[in-house]
Amino acid sequence: MLEVSNLACSRGDHRLFSGLNFHLHLGQIMQVQGANGSGKTSLLRTLCGFLVPDEGEIVWRGERIRELAEDYHDEILYLGHLNAIKDELSALENLRISAGLSGIELEEKEAVTALRRMGLRGREMLPTKVLSQGQRRRVALARLLVSDAKLWILDEPLSALDVGAVALIQELIAEHLAQQGMVIFTTHQPLHVAGIEMRILSLS
Amino acid sequence: MKKSTMLGLLVLVIRRDLVLAMRRRADVLTTLIFFVMVVSLFPLGVGPEMDMLRKMAAGVLWVAALLSSMLSLGRLFSADYLDGTLEQMMLAPQSLSMLVLGKMAAHWMVSGLPLVLMAPVLGLQFDMSVQALGVLMVGLLLGTPILSMVGAIGAALTLGLRGGGVLLSLLVLPLCIPVLIFGTGAVEAVTSGLSIASHFALLGALLILALVFTPWVTAQALRISME
Amino acid sequence: MAINWFKYSSPTTFYGLAGKMIPWFAIPAAILFAIGLYMGFFVAPVDAQQGEFYRIMFIHVPTSILSMFFYLIMAGYAALGLIFNTRLSAMMASAIAPTGALFTLISLLTGALWGKPMWGAWWIWDARMTSQLILLFLYFGFIALHASIDEPRRADRAAALLAIVGSVNVPIIYFSVKWWNTLHQGSTIKFSGTSMQITMQHTLLTMTIACWLYAIAVVLARVRSIILERERKTDWISELPEVRS
Repeated sequence: MLEVSNLACSRGDHRLFSGLNFHLHLGQIMQVQGANGSGKTSLLRTLCGFLVPDEGEIVWRGERIRELAEDYHDEILYLGHLNAIKDELSALENLRISAGLSGIELEEKEAVTALRRMGLRGREMLPTKVLSQGQRRRVALARLLVSDAKLWILDEPLSALDVGAVALIQELIAEHLAQQGMVIFTTHQPLHVAGIEMRILSLS
Repeated sequence: MKKSTMLGLLVLVIRRDLVLAMRRRADVLTTLIFFVMVVSLFPLGVGPEMDMLRKMAAGVLWVAALLSSMLSLGRLFSADYLDGTLEQMMLAPQSLSMLVLGKMAAHWMVSGLPLVLMAPVLGLQFDMSVQALGVLMVGLLLGTPILSMVGAIGAALTLGLRGGGVLLSLLVLPLCIPVLIFGTGAVEAVTSGLSIASHFALLGALLILALVFTPWVTAQALRISME
Repeated sequence: MAINWFKYSSPTTFYGLAGKMIPWFAIPAAILFAIGLYMGFFVAPVDAQQGEFYRIMFIHVPTSILSMFFYLIMAGYAALGLIFNTRLSAMMASAIAPTGALFTLISLLTGALWGKPMWGAWWIWDARMTSQLILLFLYFGFIALHASIDEPRRADRAAALLAIVGSVNVPIIYFSVKWWNTLHQGSTIKFSGTSMQITMQHTLLTMTIACWLYAIAVVLARVRSIILERERKTDWISELPEVRS
């Protein structure tokens, strides 16, 4: 499904990585490891198509992602360091808008259900500026529940989350993989998905 | 789950930006107050002779409109850039140009339209005739969307840069000169009894050109800035 | 026989090539400047109506023509860089910008000097002068945007896009300014004589070619230093004799 060959990336004069090769198939999960500054985020952003690699190709379903453009965007979900939520909007509005941007018109009921599952019961209508850091992250992560994307690209999904939320995310990932989804992620906290072999990609 | 259409996405972006603007009303009002202030400063600077003011009115209002739209352009993409929403927009399954068009439209409704509506009131301060006021308003109605659209290119290019606001004006103002010329020219034509058709036709042509090209160019600029 | 043009689009090859080319432009430029200025000041006859003042034309006209032209060339290189992703084109664009801005500035200053004795004012809002002023703003925008972005790749690409937008706008701006000028019955700089004298024409041509050659030499020199700066970490730069010593 996702084939990366001979990928090289640099920021400014600094070469982050080169000659990177890997394949990811349906139902597989891969963790990108490496020290700070080793290019984990850059790799994920390259996979999203924000960064143009210096060399190499990223191929999705046999076609280069650059050529697929919007068709590829339809099949991926990216969650970066930034939550992409607006302080002035309520959790509910935020979720409905971000789902809308990813091409899904979400009914209010579906959105409320998703937020409740993320443990935000009673906070659906509050402006997100009154929520805690972890709760905001939960609002952002609620997108995982309402998305139909095949490939999840998650940059530090567990940051600012408590134990309960981490367990929930692991559960969501397991569900996604069981439905033949794919996940690429980075993390500094351990993430375990029962019964699935975790592939590791190390950037040095 | 329902898939959204291209039009649905456009409406979503416009509605979202309008809701956000309404929740941060102060920003919208500041721009409008700036416009009123700049216009009101001119008579203080050049003296209250009505003949001169009447002659200057269109130019003053247009330049003030130009400056106030520069002021609000800085915010067009920067908030979405800082909180990560822009990344999500770039990953939308519809063309980025369409989303950009939505943002331009919302920006105009929030910062251009109020200027158009405010202009006649300010024009009265300069003793403009009713006829001239009408032409001024139509000119602004055609011209301010162009300012939002051309300005969006500058806003996208200067995304996240130090001193982006000043730089933005430096890049965009020269590009807006034709709009200024045709907009003020129309008012001048009507006060001297000439036809205004050609001015409006030219402004309309610029508007169409801007509508066709600027969303795409801005989308490219955003891609460059997001790398 | 197919020439591999892309070979010369690599900074490595072009660095040496540009170094060899510079004297071929710089020396003729100097000679032609000397000839042109001599002809302009001493050989060309006094104009019937403008007296000696018209002689500033020999600097004003070439710089005016070239300043507008250079913007388009700059935008052309910028577009090449954006489309084909060739680094050298982007470097060429940023090397042309300062020379273009300088020519625009010279054209404005000489225009003002010419205007004072002719109309009694340093600045008149004539269509060409106004267009030149706006052109200067466009150059400043390009240079300022390039300078404000630290990352070279983004700087190149953003400035390139701006140059392209600017060059599409140049005709519109030029037209609108002309329109504005006729509307306000402004004055235009016109050469008074019905026909320009043949010596004057030759002088003008000499000066234009001299400016042209000078610009090429300067741009090549500037491209060389941009290449040195950008590629300073590569091996081939550290092996250059001028860098080693």
